[in-house]
Amino acid sequence: MSVSTLPAAGVARPPAGRVRRFWDSSVGKKVVMAVTGIGGIAFVIAHMAGNLQMFTPTAPAQAMHTYAAGLRKLGPLLWIARGGLVAMVVLHVVAALQLTARNRAARPSAYGRKEHHTSTWGARSMRVGGVVLVGFIVFHILDMTLGVGHPQFVHLDPYNNLRLGFQRWWAVGLYVVAAGLLGLHLFHGAWASWRTLGLRRPSDRPLHRNIAIAIAVLVTLGFAAVPVAAALGVFAPDVVQEVAP
Amino acid sequence: MPMKLTLRVWRQAGPNADGAFREYQANDVSPDMSFLEMLDVVNEQLTAKGEVPIAFDHDCREGICGMCGLMINGSAHGPMPATTTCQLHMRSFADGETITIEPWRATAFPVLRDLCVDRSALDRIVQAGGFISVQTGNAPDGNALPVPKQDADAAMDAAACIGCGACVAACPNASASLFTAAKVAHLGFLPQGQPERYRRALKMVAQMDLEHFGGCTLFGECQEACPKEISIDTIGRMNKDYLTGMLFEPAENQKAAGAG
Repeated sequence: MSVSTLPAAGVARPPAGRVRRFWDSSVGKKVVMAVTGIGGIAFVIAHMAGNLQMFTPTAPAQAMHTYAAGLRKLGPLLWIARGGLVAMVVLHVVAALQLTARNRAARPSAYGRKEHHTSTWGARSMRVGGVVLVGFIVFHILDMTLGVGHPQFVHLDPYNNLRLGFQRWWAVGLYVVAAGLLGLHLFHGAWASWRTLGLRRPSDRPLHRNIAIAIAVLVTLGFAAVPVAAALGVFAPDVVQEVAP
Repeated sequence: MPMKLTLRVWRQAGPNADGAFREYQANDVSPDMSFLEMLDVVNEQLTAKGEVPIAFDHDCREGICGMCGLMINGSAHGPMPATTTCQLHMRSFADGETITIEPWRATAFPVLRDLCVDRSALDRIVQAGGFISVQTGNAPDGNALPVPKQDADAAMDAAACIGCGACVAACPNASASLFTAAKVAHLGFLPQGQPERYRRALKMVAQMDLEHFGGCTLFGECQEACPKEISIDTIGRMNKDYLTGMLFEPAENQKAAGAG
């Protein structure tokens, strides 16, 4: 095989800048997915911690209101954060779609018989779970942020928006399922992202994971707690006593 | 105790021909035969009957050359871990079993005939950067160039790769990440590999993508299929070298083709 066969026959190699070459490479796109995924994990944990203020023992409606109003007070910072989150989701999804297309093209004809030896449910459900989660995020923002289709939405009264919103049995089911899918996504993603970036030290059991399991369980339980508690009637009627300035 | 087996074998007359599974009966199979010896016996019977024998790759038959490689019952190199097809013995199968035998399947590995695939895409990945550009001269004095023990061990573990392509075959994405990462790591752990370390990762990853291999999604199937038990830890290392190269390697070193 002579060296003149480089690059592969029939494939033009256009001159490209560093960023372009990075984005076009399979490793580069995975790095983008890992970094945006880690950003997503940080957001999801913060969001979950915010939600859990629903369980404040005294004046929970006031606690949730103060929290929501506090976020609004960030002003331009809030919009920068929102823009960053949207950009992360877009990058994560576009990279995933492009990598999936490339991976499918890499094996056009399937095996007559193929056994899976180590791949987890988490790994194998990344694509379908990811698509469902994107759909859920769109629904969730319409439902609980903008109040579209919500039975009794009141701006800046998240306690009662959640309490009343989860009197719809199907919403409870949907949010709990989404929390489970998110946990499954992170069971693989929280582990794989660090490995993709080469940040894990070598291990005798490279497929073993502890922190990812902890994150997956924490996030699933943390997000499922509010709809389940609402369905069980844990949240008593309460009002916002003092509207935050 | 001779075994009776039913073989479901992929037959394909040429690269552009349509392939299909065909069934063969293998009687009087000794459990002490290797898998390839069993195929040899079947081929002799086919030849005696005037049929075209089953084409399959093989060379050393001692598990070090990387030529043999079959998808056996849905597992690359068959059911035994850390074993090439030639080192697999028929005692690993049950009497009366139906065994499905297929070629590696990947866009980058076109089927040449029956069970033989063209794996020269792997050679081109090595040509892209799997070398060190030095005049080798005479062998240096022992310990003239100190190598930490753990680095020597890690380089040796990665260098065990025989380029059989089982990682590609087992990967749901037909990715050559484990192969490429092993080649990046076995040079990158050694002092002689340092000058071209990051360029090497850039060039080899670029060639891997050009060859139409898929990307890594860390399913872990490759390291289970690898007859040399190479760890997916090497993939993290390749990515880190690639990232370091992208960020810090001067532009003139980033040209994708050509020796360094």
